[in-house]
Amino acid sequence: MAQPAKTPVVFAPWEDETQKPVIQFKNVTKRFGNFTAIDNLSLDIFEREFFALLGPSGCGKTTIMRMLAGFEAATEGTILLGGKDISPVAPNKRPVNMMFQSYALFPHLSVWDNIAFGLRRSSMPKDEIGARVDEMLRLTRMEKFAKRKPHQISGGQRQRVALARSLAKAPKLLLLDEPLGALDKKLRHDTQFELMDIQEKTGTTFVIVTHDQEEAMTVASRVAVMDHGKLIQVATPAAIYETPNCVYVADFIGEVNLIEGNAKKVGADKYEVSWAEGQTALRGTCPREIADGTRVTYAVRPEKVAISADKPKDAANAVQGTVHDIAYLGNISTYHVMLPTGQIIKAQASNTRRLANRHFTWEDKVWLSFTDTAGVILTE
Amino acid sequence: MNYRRLFLIGVPYVWLLALFLVPFIIVLKISLSDIALAIPPYTPTLHLSDGWEGLKDFFSKLDFDNFLFLKSDPLYWKAYVSSLQIAILSTTITLLVGYPIAYGMARAPEEWRATLMMLVILPFWTSFLIRVYSWMGILGKEGFLNSALMWLGIVDEPLTILNTNTAVYIGIVYTYLPFMILPIYAALEKLDVSLLEAAEDLGCTRTTAFWLVTLPLSRPGIVAGCFLVFIPVIGEFVIPSLLGGSNTLMIGKILFEEFSSNRDWPVASAVAVLLLLIVVVPIVLFQRSQERQAEAQK
Repeated sequence: MAQPAKTPVVFAPWEDETQKPVIQFKNVTKRFGNFTAIDNLSLDIFEREFFALLGPSGCGKTTIMRMLAGFEAATEGTILLGGKDISPVAPNKRPVNMMFQSYALFPHLSVWDNIAFGLRRSSMPKDEIGARVDEMLRLTRMEKFAKRKPHQISGGQRQRVALARSLAKAPKLLLLDEPLGALDKKLRHDTQFELMDIQEKTGTTFVIVTHDQEEAMTVASRVAVMDHGKLIQVATPAAIYETPNCVYVADFIGEVNLIEGNAKKVGADKYEVSWAEGQTALRGTCPREIADGTRVTYAVRPEKVAISADKPKDAANAVQGTVHDIAYLGNISTYHVMLPTGQIIKAQASNTRRLANRHFTWEDKVWLSFTDTAGVILTE
Repeated sequence: MNYRRLFLIGVPYVWLLALFLVPFIIVLKISLSDIALAIPPYTPTLHLSDGWEGLKDFFSKLDFDNFLFLKSDPLYWKAYVSSLQIAILSTTITLLVGYPIAYGMARAPEEWRATLMMLVILPFWTSFLIRVYSWMGILGKEGFLNSALMWLGIVDEPLTILNTNTAVYIGIVYTYLPFMILPIYAALEKLDVSLLEAAEDLGCTRTTAFWLVTLPLSRPGIVAGCFLVFIPVIGEFVIPSLLGGSNTLMIGKILFEEFSSNRDWPVASAVAVLLLLIVVVPIVLFQRSQERQAEAQK
């Protein structure tokens, strides 16, 4: 019997025209005096999404969150939640809960009472409240600490209590404001996966604000990169990383080599970028149409740049240089290779061999090569 | 090293011993003596030159007669009760007036807070006595308050405020308000605004957020403020004697009269010892609550 081919179900409601977004920002502008925090922003967020707002501090990401929670009102435009304008709804009436950056746990209440706080404000009967709190304690593995006060538990535990408290009312939307900022790196990594797990289990829509790109990439189904109150790019983590739409995004997410030059069309979506006198032009990809001679930036990620002693055959791009510096990071090494033009290109290689057996050392002449799909041409 | 530590601890102990414990023992001794027409106006007095016999004779003459006398005359226990009443009521009023002021200060824009704090402390720059005297000028029959009220046509006849308990309450609340405001302000200023946002986010209205979050978290400030007002008000003497009337009964006033008008040092001392015992109870309670607070913040 022929089995239908198993296609993995990809979660991508933003590509499905029939899906209705749970949150819609429609031309929202927010000003504080003369300062424009959010500048004519439109955005759709879908149910069950884990949506990350990523950007440097002061880019407006926290303002978006506070507008969703109801602590700030939009100066212009409308915000819809489930198709309804939420601007007249007070924060305490919104089906939205927030996990605060400082956790904002009530210091005078026990862990149990903190989690029950929101439920007691609702019309939920007493025995159901108890059951719900216990469920939340189980979900966050905090059962043993129910009777403790916030100051008697560790930072990681406080973070879990804050999460449990914000999830207790089963909100339509959970807002997380830099939720892992106060945790050390190792704990942060573990908690990221826990967060994803909990998001999947509860099926709640999560909107997370973070300035940590790695965190955004790890947890989110989609990432919105912001700057100066505007959305620069909204896409899946992979798309943001592989095909950034501008220099800002390419530079903000991960490491990147940027080379400026003039574009010339050579194929369907292939262009050549002449970047320096006497150097072969670099071949790269751009999905958009670029007029010949346009000033562009050629971007290539260090891990996509191969390093070799001899000139590689059939490489789309190959440039020669000398090893200027080597950053040893344990699992990988980053080679800083200086080109004859003085430009530094970073190339990463896995340290599959012991350090003593390394191929290249300082001042070695090496070849750097990369494919024409690895090289992304950015116009802005 | 050890001597330095001993010295550091020793200084406050010697200070307390010399200026608190020794005088208290003297007062306690006088309270157990009898009145006498002599200098000093009580008997017995200790003459160490008489040796062991003199000491025995001295102790045999001490008795609790003065305390029994306090019990027999209703004036005294009425004064104690009235002092407690005035202290409790005026502490409550001070709290009700002081809390909103402290709250407003803590919620004021940051750049204003130092100025507002200054305004609260400013009255201390003028002598306490002068400030109480000026209340006599305000509250009197021909005082500023009555003139203003009459001029506005609110009253036809001047109100009798001065030399009543009302004037005492006004004076006490006015004088002790900073002691209530400052600790409450300190507690409210520390309060993280995101806690209130969290409470609202979880379904509280502004009002319930105040009752469930702000008030319990400012409790240490309230407790400290109440004790700072209550303890000195019980023994308050200047305000009731200047602003109060003949029927304002406060133990501080009685104490003063026994001491200076009646020259009955033994009874006055007994009154003072009993007052101390009454005040010690709230002080101990206060200390314990402070300790628990410190424990909780560890």
